[in-house]
Amino acid sequence: MSAEVTVRVPTILRTYTGGEAEVTVDPSDTSGGETLAGVLEALEANHPGIRSRILDDSGALRRFVNVYVGDEDVRFAEGLATPTPGGTQISVIPAVAGG
Amino acid sequence: MTSAVTRGANSDPDRKVRRPGQMREGLKMTVENASAPAVVVDDLDFGPATGLICRECGAHYSLGAAYACMECFGPLEVTYQYGDITREKIEAGPTSIWRYSALLPVSAHAVDEPNLAPGWTRLVHAHNLAEELGMTSLWIKDDSGNPTHSFKDRVVAVAQSAARRLGLTTLSCASTGNLAHAVAAAAARAGQESVVIIPHDLEDGKTVTTATYGGKLLAVEGNYDEVNRLCSELIGDPLTNDWGFVNVNLRPYYAEGSKTVGYEIAEQLGWRLPDQVVIPIASGALLVKVDKAFRELIELGLVEEKPYKIFGAQATGCSPVYQAFEAGHDVVRPVKPDTIAKSLAIGNPADGPYAIDVVRRTSGAIGSVSDAEVVDGIRRLARTEGVFAETAGGVVLASLEQLLASGKLDPDAETVILNTGDGLKTLDAVIDVVGPTATIQPKVSDVREALA
Repeated sequence: MSAEVTVRVPTILRTYTGGEAEVTVDPSDTSGGETLAGVLEALEANHPGIRSRILDDSGALRRFVNVYVGDEDVRFAEGLATPTPGGTQISVIPAVAGG
Repeated sequence: MTSAVTRGANSDPDRKVRRPGQMREGLKMTVENASAPAVVVDDLDFGPATGLICRECGAHYSLGAAYACMECFGPLEVTYQYGDITREKIEAGPTSIWRYSALLPVSAHAVDEPNLAPGWTRLVHAHNLAEELGMTSLWIKDDSGNPTHSFKDRVVAVAQSAARRLGLTTLSCASTGNLAHAVAAAAARAGQESVVIIPHDLEDGKTVTTATYGGKLLAVEGNYDEVNRLCSELIGDPLTNDWGFVNVNLRPYYAEGSKTVGYEIAEQLGWRLPDQVVIPIASGALLVKVDKAFRELIELGLVEEKPYKIFGAQATGCSPVYQAFEAGHDVVRPVKPDTIAKSLAIGNPADGPYAIDVVRRTSGAIGSVSDAEVVDGIRRLARTEGVFAETAGGVVLASLEQLLASGKLDPDAETVILNTGDGLKTLDAVIDVVGPTATIQPKVSDVREALA
């Protein structure tokens, strides 16, 4: 089965994806493998510079970015180690909230 | 803090066609290919506002429909160059938030454009409640008196003004209910389209009221955080090119509207600051902006400088900011909300870290109260002062009691508590615990018996 996942890219990062709102990557050959870390590694290989917008200098998720694997906020799951099986949809979204 | 690129928002000759918040050096061509609408930001009248700045890394952007820093995802905030502002000029203004137009990112003409003219709600001197709680001087800033009965009318009015300047013709939002009312009503008043997006399981009062104002209402099978996520994902979709999501892509303007709560408290106290304020925390923005208002009034010489303490209030069933504050953390770990205080049920509060900063800086504290305490708080406020608060007001009153009991709040210092919405919106909270004293026949003897 293919390890490919789709990543939804927020407007402010589409400068890196040629304007594409959604891109496909295959993390299986990365050091992170089929996890969020691997997906970001594969994303960086295809779209250089994008990963450092999502992760801070220490390699952790920036505090105002939310990443979802499927419907789950990765902060509720295993963070960068969250598994991303083939076919998963990943969303990167700026944190804003106010009801 | 990273030393991200800082670009002078106003001095930049390139700003006429910039898509604000979306330009990195050397990427202009790619930006033009992006699917989001280009917003022309030249000649926009935002009154004293001069630009946007990232609260995390300090990067500058031009005024526009931008809300997240493209360096670090940090939230953007309006910067100002204030003119000559005096108490007299403010006092001569209208009895609405527009008396503070010179302190908001709005044109001086905003007051004359169709809007709900919110604000200038009453500040109630709560003698009975103070006596019950053993306090010396207690006030209730009662924002249930706004046109759609919550403080959200303030923020929407400022966002609506920004939407006009930016050519955004549909007003939209993700809402827990109060904001839904405010957006649907403001759009109706101004003849604008609206698309309001809410969780499907809100109180009937909130859903039915919003629907009555007209406009489109989408009830999503998910919680508020999921609705909020949906709205964030809709931004950048061609469908929403001319939509202003008041609490997403108009958020920098929207949030500034909350400052007017702080300005009004100070002016209504006779141009002075209270010693202590208790504010409910949902996203945390209201608390942060009341503090900002107080600091601005001091800086502008409109009130005497003095120390004040800002206290937060959360329901235990959704208390991520309280938990982070108590644990000494700077990062707020998201939670899955489970509380009757639905207007505060934001599990992933974007302004949480800033709210914690304010509470720490002013030596305040945060309360966390159970749903049963919330209901008791609603009843006590109604019984003692005739103010019927929604659940958020119950959270504030119960937190006040908790903070008094723990000695964190001084009963002898002048205190203002906020009621942000009307109890009629959340009847569900009290429907099972209050009701008629008796149900009787229309006979004098029955009345006598019932009241014996």
